[in-house]
Amino acid sequence: MAMLEIRNLHVKIENREILKGLNLKVNAGEVHSIMGPNGSGKSTLAQVLARRESYLVTEGEVLLDGKDLLAMKPEDAACEGVFMAFQYPIEIAGISNAYFLRAALNAVRKYHGRKEMDAMDFLPFYKGKMKLLEVDESFMTRSVNEGFSGGEKKRNEILQMALLEPKLAILDETDSGLDIDALRIVANGVNAMRSPDRATIVITHYQRLLDYIVPDFVHVLVDGRIVKSGGKELALTLEEQGYVGVETEARALAVAV
Amino acid sequence: MSTDTRTIDTLIEAEYKWGFVTEVESDSAPKGLNEEIIRLISTKKNEPEFMLEWRMKAFRHWLKLEKQQAEPKWANIKYDAIDYQDIIYYSAPKSKKAGPKSLNEVDPEILLAYEKLGIPLNEQKRLAGVAVDAVFDSVSVATTFQAELAEIGIIFCPFSEAVQRHPELVRKYLGSVVPYSDNFFAALNAAVFSDGSFIYIPKGVRCPMELMTYFRINAADSGQFERTLIIADEGSYVSYLEGCTAPTRDKNQLHAAVVELVAHDNAEIKYSTVQNWYPGDPVTGKGGIYNFVTKRGKCEGVNSKISWTQVETGAAITWKYPSVILQGDNSVGEFYSVALSNHWQQADTGTKMIHIGKNTRSTIIAKGISAGHGQNTYRGGVKILKSAVGARNYTQCDSLLIGDKCGAHTFPYIEAKNSTARIEHEASTSKVGDDQIFYLQQRGIPKEDALSMIINGFCKQVFRKLPMEFAVEAQKLLSVSLEGSVG
Repeated sequence: MAMLEIRNLHVKIENREILKGLNLKVNAGEVHSIMGPNGSGKSTLAQVLARRESYLVTEGEVLLDGKDLLAMKPEDAACEGVFMAFQYPIEIAGISNAYFLRAALNAVRKYHGRKEMDAMDFLPFYKGKMKLLEVDESFMTRSVNEGFSGGEKKRNEILQMALLEPKLAILDETDSGLDIDALRIVANGVNAMRSPDRATIVITHYQRLLDYIVPDFVHVLVDGRIVKSGGKELALTLEEQGYVGVETEARALAVAV
Repeated sequence: MSTDTRTIDTLIEAEYKWGFVTEVESDSAPKGLNEEIIRLISTKKNEPEFMLEWRMKAFRHWLKLEKQQAEPKWANIKYDAIDYQDIIYYSAPKSKKAGPKSLNEVDPEILLAYEKLGIPLNEQKRLAGVAVDAVFDSVSVATTFQAELAEIGIIFCPFSEAVQRHPELVRKYLGSVVPYSDNFFAALNAAVFSDGSFIYIPKGVRCPMELMTYFRINAADSGQFERTLIIADEGSYVSYLEGCTAPTRDKNQLHAAVVELVAHDNAEIKYSTVQNWYPGDPVTGKGGIYNFVTKRGKCEGVNSKISWTQVETGAAITWKYPSVILQGDNSVGEFYSVALSNHWQQADTGTKMIHIGKNTRSTIIAKGISAGHGQNTYRGGVKILKSAVGARNYTQCDSLLIGDKCGAHTFPYIEAKNSTARIEHEASTSKVGDDQIFYLQQRGIPKEDALSMIINGFCKQVFRKLPMEFAVEAQKLLSVSLEGSVG
């Protein structure tokens, strides 16, 4: 059984159909990349998997280890192991990163009937992860994302992912706004978390990120459907030829259907 | 309306948990306000002549103001005209004996009521490190730790008792910071006030425990008019807390209090309020307390300090500006405030810092939270007089909006007559975004917890100023008051 199985997914937002019958299977241990032009529905897919409520699913189903993901509340989906690294991480004033991360970790532990971690246990736990993402100690006492640079925000996303150890990690344009050093650090963090039990979906515009996080599969999303799938070399082809080629193909396909 | 706003709406449903009524027989004055009522109150309290005279002067002044229709109209609040003849100005639980009583003489129903409110008065159960004066409608029913405090010279007693036992102090300080002629509600209070707390900290004494007054309105159709007077003599320190609740009723009830603080040389008064009066019906907006309060402190001595911290979550209408007169050189005034207006609540609150002495400093941190149809106004005045060489003020005023039917308003007034003054003002308005809530949920944190986490983060600067037990209480209170604000 695939870890994630998306069947014929149709999604509307404000009465406009964004996803128009998307199918995708992701197995544990795999890294999938979803590429596509602006407005093709990449972020919508990420938001729906993270259970953002303003997106209306009109048709189709999504199974996470056989469970109906679409029936879950966002926090339950998170506790079941779905993690989304935000394209634009949110700032929360007055709440320290350490407090927030421990609250998140404990919410997940509580959901699984495990003992909550106190501040003393939490400290050595997060310190190790901080090293991995090359973040300064002051990171933890600062308010969540407040006054963080673009690069720091993205590193904070991956730090959270490293702490929460999700089953399914979705990176929504994590590369946007990153310089080459930050990109390397973030990619190292993600690569360090590759494991046979974890699946990762990397949503990106550009091939650049995929030099660092090498995917097992690349899918091209155009106009709400996956129109082409292949191995990592597909990303290179796209980089050279742009999306125009696949868009034409997709249109031809749509007419044929 | 988007789905997201609807989401937030359902989170703002909360039930007022302190709305119970205690069945006690009470001794009430007839409705209405006239000289006879004032005489009655004064007689009931067995007051010396100077008190009655003062009340009468205040009453005549109030009558004049009423004739001139001088009830303040400038605040950003809307309410139907108050019929001052339709209020009971004195209501006290019946007792066989007049004057202060020992705890075992207090009606067990009343003791039970305070226990329900989390303020047990029994010797075995009472809060450690906190002395409590329990004011029930128009009278103080019990005061704990009085004897222990008296040993080090601290006077902590009901106002009515202070009038009997320390008339010289009352006479000296009553009206010295808030004269009866100060404003419409201050005049009304001076005429009819029935009880409150009186505190005197002698020279060089650091009060070893928190002093607290818990105000409870119980009777219907009555108003509560209490008066609190705190005097910190040279080099002394006191931390005082007040809490308040009232039953759920569909008729508005008036609470018009006056608080006066006096800090002498090198003295410090820390005054914390958690105000949780019945806010009115969440759906119709019917009922609730009109909280029209005048609070002012005078830093009379050099190097003195007065700090107001308030968490205002209740009341249908709040009209309140705890202020500091910085008269002594190097004196310090502080105001830390969280005001929540949920459902149909309206709050017009802030502070005034009046700099008179040299090198006086003031800090204002005001946090307004608006949810439901709530309207929240910050109104602040910073006045630097010519004499205030080297005065400094820092003001930060932040508004948080939850949902799309509420409002936040800010009216800062700054007046500087000395060119050496340094005044800073920062303001911000933000919205609890659905984005923020979703972000926390996506990390596994349930929606209700997410909202209270965001609110607590917003209020952190103020909560940090509250005494420990109160800070925990305030956080809980805010999350209860906003329970259901995001669905």
